[in-house]
Amino acid sequence: MEYFIQQLINGISVGSIYALIALGYTMVYGIIKLINFAHGDVFMVGSFIGLYSAKYLAAAGLPPVVVLLLSLIISMTISACLGISIERLAYKPLRKSTRIAALITAIGVSFLLEYTGVLILGPQAKGFPDIMDKKQVHLFGSSIQVESNQIMILLTTIILMLVLQYIVRYTKTGKAMRAVSFDVEAARLMGINVDRTISATFAIGSALAAAAGVIFGMTYNSVDPLMGVMPGLKAFVAAVLGGIGSIPGALVGGLLLGTVETEISSLGFSSWRDGVAFAVLILILIFRPSGLFGKNVREKV
Amino acid sequence: MRKLNKKFWLGILVALAFYGIVKVLLTTGILSDVNQSMLLLIGVNIMLAVSLNLITGITGQFSIGHAGFMSVGAYTSAILTLDYNVPFVPAIIAGGLLAAVFGVLIGMPTLRLSGDYLAIATLGFGEIIRIIMLNTEYVGGASGLSGIPAKTTWTMLFFFTLLSVVLINNFIRSTHGRACIAIRENEIAAEAMGINTTRYKIIAFTIGALFAGMAGGLSAHTFYVITPGSFNFLKSFEIIVMVVLGGLGSTAGSIVGAVFVTLLYTYLREFPEWRMIIYSIVLILMMIFRPSGLLGSTRFSFGKSGKKEAKANDAIESSSTS
Amino acid sequence: MTQSRAAVLLEVKEASRAFGGLKAVSEVSLHIDQGELIGLIGPNGAGKTTLFNLLTGVYPPSSGSILLNNESIGGMKPYRINHKGAARTFQNIRLFTAMTVLENVKIAFHQHARHSLFSSMLRLPKHFQGEEEITRKAMDILSIFNLADQGDEIASNLSYGNQRRLEIARALAAGPKLLLLDEPAAGMNPNETRDLMNLIAWIREEFDLTILLIEHDMSLVMGVCNRIYVLDRGILIADGTPAEIRNNPKVIEAYLGQEA
Repeated sequence: MEYFIQQLINGISVGSIYALIALGYTMVYGIIKLINFAHGDVFMVGSFIGLYSAKYLAAAGLPPVVVLLLSLIISMTISACLGISIERLAYKPLRKSTRIAALITAIGVSFLLEYTGVLILGPQAKGFPDIMDKKQVHLFGSSIQVESNQIMILLTTIILMLVLQYIVRYTKTGKAMRAVSFDVEAARLMGINVDRTISATFAIGSALAAAAGVIFGMTYNSVDPLMGVMPGLKAFVAAVLGGIGSIPGALVGGLLLGTVETEISSLGFSSWRDGVAFAVLILILIFRPSGLFGKNVREKV
Repeated sequence: MRKLNKKFWLGILVALAFYGIVKVLLTTGILSDVNQSMLLLIGVNIMLAVSLNLITGITGQFSIGHAGFMSVGAYTSAILTLDYNVPFVPAIIAGGLLAAVFGVLIGMPTLRLSGDYLAIATLGFGEIIRIIMLNTEYVGGASGLSGIPAKTTWTMLFFFTLLSVVLINNFIRSTHGRACIAIRENEIAAEAMGINTTRYKIIAFTIGALFAGMAGGLSAHTFYVITPGSFNFLKSFEIIVMVVLGGLGSTAGSIVGAVFVTLLYTYLREFPEWRMIIYSIVLILMMIFRPSGLLGSTRFSFGKSGKKEAKANDAIESSSTS
Repeated sequence: MTQSRAAVLLEVKEASRAFGGLKAVSEVSLHIDQGELIGLIGPNGAGKTTLFNLLTGVYPPSSGSILLNNESIGGMKPYRINHKGAARTFQNIRLFTAMTVLENVKIAFHQHARHSLFSSMLRLPKHFQGEEEITRKAMDILSIFNLADQGDEIASNLSYGNQRRLEIARALAAGPKLLLLDEPAAGMNPNETRDLMNLIAWIREEFDLTILLIEHDMSLVMGVCNRIYVLDRGILIADGTPAEIRNNPKVIEAYLGQEA
C-alpha cells in the first residue's frame, strides 16, 4: 500500500509537468484550432534558459530561493517572447489556410527548434544544476518518502494554475481569450483585438511550458535538445484526455496520465510506458473525442 | 481516351529507357556503389512518397504514421527471407500485404476522425507499432534484425517502383480516384453525392499501406539491418516532406520530392542537424508561400480555401437557428 | 406495397431533431406525392435546412420516421439515401472546387460505374468503357444546363449563378427521384432567379422528378409550387396551395413577426 502511495506521489510530480505543458496545447487549440507541435520544444527551450540562468545566478552567489524564482521568471519571459514570435512568423500567415497546412508548419517549427538546438548546443545531454538541496522527507512518520523537490514542483504548479485561473476568469485579456475561442468573427465584431489575444495565448502557454521545463530540469537533472519530443506528445495526450480546449481538463489529464505511467513503470513494464500513453490517446480519440471535460463540436451543414 | 493511353505508354517507354541506361552504367562500373545505393534509396522513397500522396494528397487524410506501415513490411519480409528462406519477391509482396492488413485495421477505427485528430491518431499508431517491435524479442528488440540478404538489385527495385507508380496513378485517374479527391474537396458533398466516404478512405489507406510495406521490404533488403528506430516519427515526417515539397496531390510532384529529399539526405549525411533544419525551413516556407508545392497545380484548393465564405454562411444559418 | 400509397414518394411522420435543449425541428409531418413540386418556406432559422439534413441523412432524426418510396430512410447514411433516390443541393454551395466542372458531375455518376477498382488499376478494357460512359453521360447533363463548353473549367472559376446551376446539375446526375434544393436562388438577381425557376420547372418535366424546394423569399415559390409547407421555429404552421398560404394569418404573422 505504501509502495502504491509512493508511486502515486511520483506520478503526480510527473503529471504536474505534463499538465503545465498540456495547458499551452489546450489554450492554443481552443483559440486557433491548431495542434501546436512546437510546444514541446518551447518546453525544451525554457528548460535550457532555466539551466543557464540558474548557473549564472548561482555563480553570482544569490540564495537558492532567489535563484529559483529569478530563473523561472527569466525562462518564462523569454519563452513567452519565443511563443509570440513563432505565432507571428509561422502561424499567422496561415490563419486562412487549411488546417493541414498549419499542422505541417507546426511540425516544421518543431523540428527547426529541435535541430537548431542540436546545432548550437550539441546533441549530448547537459546536467541541470541543483538549485536547491534535495532533502528526503518522510510523510506522516511513515516510510513514504517525498523529495523536497516534489513538494516544490507541486507548489509551483498549484500557484501557476491559480494565476492562470485568475487571468482567464477576471482579466480583460482572459475574457477576450474566452470570447475568441467561442467565436472569432463575433469577437472581432465586438471590438476585441483578435491578433493581440492570440499572441497573449501563445505567451501564457509558452510561459507555462517554460516553467515545466525548469521543473523538469530540477527533477531529472539532465536536459537535451530533443527532450521536448516525448513530454510534448504526452502532454498533448493529456490535453486530449482531459478534453482539448478545457483548462481543468488539461490539469486532470496531465495528472492522470502521469499517475498511470508511473504505475505501469513500477509494475515492471517501463518499456511499454510510451505505448500505453499512445493507446490511451487512440482509445480516447475513437470513443470519446471530446475527452473527459470537453464539448462535442460538429461541423455545420 | 486513346490519347490518354498513348501518353501512358510514352511514360512507360521513357522509364524503361532510363532503366536501361542506368543498368548499362552500373554494369560498366561508371556509376559507383555509392551511386547505386543512392538510386535504390530514391526508388524506395518514391514508393513511400507516392503511396502517402494517395492518402494525404489525394484523399486528404493527414497521416503521420506512414513509417509504421513501412516497418511492418520491412520486418515481415526480412523474417521471411531470414528464417523461412522464402524467395525475395514473394517475401516483399507478403510484407506489403501484411502492411495492408494493418492499413485496414488502423483505418477502420481512426477514419471516423478527421484532420488533426486523425493525424495525431496515426502518429500514435506508428509509435505503437515501433514500441511493439522494440519489446518483441523475436524481431530482435531494440537491436533489430541484421544480416538481411542484400537482394534488392537495381532491376528489382526499378520494377517494383514502376509498378507502384503506375498502379497508384491508374487508381487516381479513374472514377475511384475521383471519389477520393471529392472526399478531400468536400466530404459532406461527396457523401451526399453517393460516395461511401468511409469505404474510400479505407481503400486509400490500404493501398497506401500496401506499397509502403513493399517499400519497407525493399529497403530492408538493401541495407542489411533494420531497427525499430529506423521507422520512427522522423521517418514519417521525412515522407511528408517529400510529398509536401513536390505538391500534395501530384504523383509527379511526389517523385520529384522523393528524389530531392534523397539527394539532400545523401549529401548531408555528415551533417544530420543541417539536414533537419533545411527540411523544416523548406516546409515552413513552402506552406506560407507555395502551399501547392513544386509541381502541384494551383487549382488544388489545399492552401487558401473558400472556407471563410462558407463559414460566414453557416454562421448566418446557425445564428438564426438559435 | 399498397396500391393506394404508391403515389406518395416521401412521407415524414412526426420527425424531430434536437440540438442540446433546442428543438430545431419539432414533430414535423409531411408528404410529397410523385411528380409534385413542393415549396418549404419559413423565416430565417425556421429549421428548413435542418429538416433537409434529416431527409438526406446528415444527421438522424431524434424521433419520428422518414419514408422514401415506403422504405424507411431515417438515420441512413447520406450516401445510402442518395442511392435510394434523393439528391440535394446546399444552401452554401458545396462544389468540389478544385475539380473541373465535368469532374464535379462525374462524381455523381460514380455509384453507377460498372468498372471495378481492380480493372481501373490494371487499365483493363472495362475501365475505358466505364470511364467513357461516365464522361458521355456527364456531358449530356452539362449540355442541358448550358455548361458543356465550360466542362474543363475549374468549378470555382464559374460565376456564382453558374456554380448554383452546376450544383443542381450534379445532383441531377445522381439520377434521383426526389430532388431537394436548398435556396437555389440565394444571391441571384431577379433575372437569374426567373431563368432558374423556369429551368427547375423544365427539368421536373423532362426527368419526371419530384422536387422539394426551400425558399426564404415567399413570393418566389408562389408562382411555381403545387403546394407549400410553412415552417416556423421548428414547427409546421401551415400547408396548402399558394393561394391558401398567401391568405393564412399564421404565415403572415410568422413573416411579419420576423420583419418587425
